[in-house]
Amino acid sequence: MTPARLDATFAALADPTRRAILARLASGEASVAELAKPFAMSQPAISKHLKVLERAGLVSRGRDAQRRPRRLEAKPLAEATEWLERYRDYWEDNYQRLDALLEEMKATQKTNPRRKR
Amino acid sequence: MKSSTKDVGALKVTTPSDREIAMTRVFDAARSMVFDAWTKPELLKRWLGVFGDWKFAVCEVDLKVGGKYRYVWRGSDGKEMGMGGVYREIVRPERIVCTERFDEPWYGGGDAIDTTVFAEKDKKTTVTTTVLYASKQVRDSVLKSPMEGGVAKSYDALDEVLASMPAKNK
Repeated sequence: MTPARLDATFAALADPTRRAILARLASGEASVAELAKPFAMSQPAISKHLKVLERAGLVSRGRDAQRRPRRLEAKPLAEATEWLERYRDYWEDNYQRLDALLEEMKATQKTNPRRKR
Repeated sequence: MKSSTKDVGALKVTTPSDREIAMTRVFDAARSMVFDAWTKPELLKRWLGVFGDWKFAVCEVDLKVGGKYRYVWRGSDGKEMGMGGVYREIVRPERIVCTERFDEPWYGGGDAIDTTVFAEKDKKTTVTTTVLYASKQVRDSVLKSPMEGGVAKSYDALDEVLASMPAKNK
């Protein structure tokens, strides 16, 4: 995944309305009108959000010329997750070592109690 | 033994603003102990960044206001990665504020401000580390670096979206 693509993905995900749109599309394709319904937002406002999502490659348009249904493109999301996982894994890895160290420290403190400053 | 308590573990990564990255993690130990593990070189060497064949080459901590810390890790291929900073605030065992700067050129100009808060409840310690970068650009390059790379503007956002997606992505 290119950094530019990743930027677009994260920028697209930074907005709660767009996340809600993605969550809605995760359960199946929907037209702009259908997407606008649950939000207190006009169709043009929703279209604007959809454009951002489309540019990020997260949403595409279906065939039906009348409804122009939008659907979720899962691949960029999966790619972004993979990339994020690395960071999280790195820190989780650190913290699991710290967990083990703390257990060791607790055990030592129990067998060898002394006041700490 | 790992605690069975659910809230232990579960690293949370968020971006409170476009110049910040925040991480929260619960540890099953008193905060004075966690604070020690965070600030004493002999303990830091056991956990921080020492994955795979990466080991500490330098781990120096002068834990006082105005004191410096310096970490350098070295891989078996001789590659090094270093960072360091100056302590601005130390409230043992609850709070550390220090500057932070990586040696790598991608890091760009300006120190980041690193605030770590240790909160104890029911013998467990919640550690929240918030790093405030000099600019959005620096924060974003940190996000993209292989080591720091990845804290999302929206890890939570991803979680939210992924949670609602069919199980095949899990």
